[in-house]
Amino acid sequence: MTYRLPSGPPLVSGLDLRVARGETLVLLGRSGSGKTTTLKLINRLLEPTQGEILIAGRPSLSWDPIELRRGIGYVIQDAGLFPHWTVGRNIGLVPHLEKWPEARIQARVREMLSLVGLPPEEFAGRSPSELSGGQKQRVGVARALAADPPILLMDEPFAALDPITRADLQREFRALAHRLQKTIVFVTHDVREALFLGTRIALLDQGRLVGVYGPAEFLKATEPEIQAFAASLDFGRVNEGGQ
Amino acid sequence: MNWYEFMLRNRGEVFERSLEHVGLVGASMAISLMIGLPLGIVLVRRAKLQRWVVGAANVVQTIPSLALFGFLIPVPWIGGVGASTAIVALSLYAVLPILRNTCTGIAEVDPAVVESARGMGMTPRQVLWQVQLPLAAPVLLAGIRVSTAICIGVTTIAAAIGAGGLGVFIFRGLAMVNNQVILAGAIPAACLAIAADSALGYFQRGSAKK
Repeated sequence: MTYRLPSGPPLVSGLDLRVARGETLVLLGRSGSGKTTTLKLINRLLEPTQGEILIAGRPSLSWDPIELRRGIGYVIQDAGLFPHWTVGRNIGLVPHLEKWPEARIQARVREMLSLVGLPPEEFAGRSPSELSGGQKQRVGVARALAADPPILLMDEPFAALDPITRADLQREFRALAHRLQKTIVFVTHDVREALFLGTRIALLDQGRLVGVYGPAEFLKATEPEIQAFAASLDFGRVNEGGQ
Repeated sequence: MNWYEFMLRNRGEVFERSLEHVGLVGASMAISLMIGLPLGIVLVRRAKLQRWVVGAANVVQTIPSLALFGFLIPVPWIGGVGASTAIVALSLYAVLPILRNTCTGIAEVDPAVVESARGMGMTPRQVLWQVQLPLAAPVLLAGIRVSTAICIGVTTIAAAIGAGGLGVFIFRGLAMVNNQVILAGAIPAACLAIAADSALGYFQRGSAKK
């Protein structure tokens, strides 16, 4: 599968990747390696120039894009909450678009808030501007899960958070992913996050797939790009040791 | 005779001219909204065309209003002497701030919000009506506010081509070299502008709060 802009080199090329049901596949790579592009190709915010993407066995282009996206949860770095809607209404977005009865939406919103560790009575009526960064991401996750989509796409959802909040959310998210058994594609440039959350890690470099690894075999692999990422971990350790 | 004595004595005509004035402004604003809002929405995603159209609207804005009224008189269909010509010219003036603010207001909506709206499966129409327009509303209303203020002012000049309105007193006063008569047109026009501006300002603040 290849995606290129009308002009210039392909952003992603020759990508052949299979995501198994219920796994968390992490797309790891530097900035500009094509991770986000790959993610947007899955929910058809972008369309492949060559090749195809099969979702539930059906080519993405044969899906109605709106129907496809409503079946795929989507969480991005800045959460992208609608600032003019309350937290509750944000979470109820897709159920609302799908015309669920109002009572069922309300029940679902409360359920989702509890799921991500925010007391519903306190948070459902709040405005997104009254939330901390971590709380916004929790709401983002709740919104993505509200209509119970089988697939979840996450684009560096925790990258902008402070390290302590990030670690909290990573821990909780790992437990959540394990419990819900969703098929998750998770984009990050943070090796630690990749190793911690991924059942498998797909390494991208300049739009190409270097390889797919289990967390245990990742650090043992000898590809230069992996060495570079592994070295960034060591650098982290040296720093911590020095303090 | 004072301006307010003049106004009191001629309150029937002052009232009538004020109504004419409001009618001219209302009709022109309605037309420029009907043109400016949809055009702005269409042009948001067409940067090149947007530059041309906004540029053209800018040029229109620089034509002195009296000249523009004059230019339109000989134009067939829309021209001639009277209110309809005035409304065409006034709409041309009022459209620029609406158009420009529609474009910038929508363009300034946080891209992350629009991306997640699309990614969650909202149709383009839903993204526009439920996300982009509500979030652009304060900027949009600011444009409408500026347009209205311009329109109320320029409408006083429309009396020069026989369109009526409060400008009638201003031109009559000029001809009579009587400042009190000029004031009888200028002061109600200023009051209209202030009233319209505060009303729209109230809506604008209301839309920003959400």
